Amino acid sequence: MPERSAMTASFDEIADNFAFLDEWEDRYRYVIELGKEMPPLDETQKVPATKVEGCASQVWLVPRVDGDGQGARISFDGDSDALIVRGLIAILRALYNGRTAAEIAGIDAHARLGELGLQQHLSAQRSNGLRAMIGRVEAIAAQVREAA
Amino acid sequence: MYDVEKVRADFPILSRTVNGKPLVYLDNGASAQKPRAVIDAVTRAYAEEYANVHRGLHFLSNLATEKYEAVRPKLQAFLGAAHEDEIIFTTGSTQGLNLVSYGWAAPRMQAGDEIVLSVMEHHANIVPWHFLRERQGVVLKWVDIDADGGLDPQAVIDAIGPKTKLIALTHMSNVLGSVVDIKTVAAAARARGVAIAVDGSQAAVHMPVDVADLDVDFYAITGHKLYGPSASGALYVRRERYPEIRPFIGGGDMIRQVRKDGIDWNDPPHKFEAGTPGIVQMIGLGAALDYMTGLGMQNIAAHEADLRDYAMARFQGLNWLNLQGTRPDKGAIFSFTIEGAGHAHDISTVVDQRGIAVRAGQHCAEPLMEHLGVHATCRASFGLYNTRAEVDALVDALELCHELFS
Repeated sequence: MPERSAMTASFDEIADNFAFLDEWEDRYRYVIELGKEMPPLDETQKVPATKVEGCASQVWLVPRVDGDGQGARISFDGDSDALIVRGLIAILRALYNGRTAAEIAGIDAHARLGELGLQQHLSAQRSNGLRAMIGRVEAIAAQVREAA
Repeated sequence: MYDVEKVRADFPILSRTVNGKPLVYLDNGASAQKPRAVIDAVTRAYAEEYANVHRGLHFLSNLATEKYEAVRPKLQAFLGAAHEDEIIFTTGSTQGLNLVSYGWAAPRMQAGDEIVLSVMEHHANIVPWHFLRERQGVVLKWVDIDADGGLDPQAVIDAIGPKTKLIALTHMSNVLGSVVDIKTVAAAARARGVAIAVDGSQAAVHMPVDVADLDVDFYAITGHKLYGPSASGALYVRRERYPEIRPFIGGGDMIRQVRKDGIDWNDPPHKFEAGTPGIVQMIGLGAALDYMTGLGMQNIAAHEADLRDYAMARFQGLNWLNLQGTRPDKGAIFSFTIEGAGHAHDISTVVDQRGIAVRAGQHCAEPLMEHLGVHATCRASFGLYNTRAEVDALVDALELCHELFS
């Protein structure tokens, strides 16, 4: 059941797997696998409100909030027309999903993704817009905190 | 004998590595790398020969003016123009085509008048005409390309109607590499009293160009693709068209006399070169033209034809590669997608890990992407310093992409 394992893989598990992969090709192969295993968004969810601007390929993030107040837990689903970007979204979901707004605010996403050797995707000019995606997640978390 | 290894040694950047691999630079369609001769000319111009041009009477101003104006006859010879004053210095093809749009077309086109253009134009040869559509009701008439990426000159000629004032065509597609038979279209246009403007941004890099033989009215080129500095370029204008052009950028250098109640223009081409120009950029372009003509444009074209044929043969072995533009006489520019690969950006990201620079996206040619029915493509565009070994490196990296994504 590769789909189930990918969906339930925690960020730490992903990071452990990355640690075993010395070759960049194998790291990409793994990112692509994570992307393939991530469930796609429904076409009706791909609307301007969920689209993340600043990405050269198309990216959508759909947030979900479970519970109320300070304990509300945030998750999101996502999709892209680029396979590597889908994989990056899957890694972001592992990093963020099910956490509270306060926890998300405390995560140094750039440092965590740096642990995976994906630094090159974090430069300001990088067209896949990982930076823009992280910005969207952090903005959603900030909104939830303000509402709480 | 064309010694590509000797040529490569002239380009300092080609000896660097990217992601731990030797750089394989296949993004020449976007911008070309610079030979030492250009870098040295730019450095010397700033270090030893710099002042503003056409202004002072002092030594350095005269020297800089001399070096700068010496580029005009070089461009005249490079393009085969009959007269030196038919060369207007620009910052590139975009500025050149905007000059045709604002200066020549805008004052003489009425609502309902037509511009004929192909679906494979670069945005630089589309957007200036859209301005005329928006502002004065000019009609854009689009001519489709054939399945192999070629443009039938007769289809362009058939699109000419009684209201057609201008034909705007690329000489070589920046996406497909297809070469357009400009000479046949230009002859038909002339017979009907229609002007023709040509975007030579790609063609002038890859093959000898002779504007007098082509018999066109306007021909735009861009220096940064010609192994010269960015923000250099030229527009060829047939001399007979000069009285019909209104300058569209006003300022210093373009005038003979300015009074409170009027102005007297300078003579062309300076009439169309307002303000302090890209002095050093143009001097660098002159060095780039010397470099290219030193190698010989026929020799460059022959070398790139060999790369094209070799790449085509290698690509034919990849049955999952969707190549756009398959004419055997095209330039060495290849646009493709891979079956199963999610996006052109995926391909670009993976081949970049192997030190290979290609472009992924829509290549400033969205109408063409729509015509081809693709969202984006990857493009490998070759230049005078590329090798068969680099074709092999690209094919190896594409095979890895296919394996990773399928």
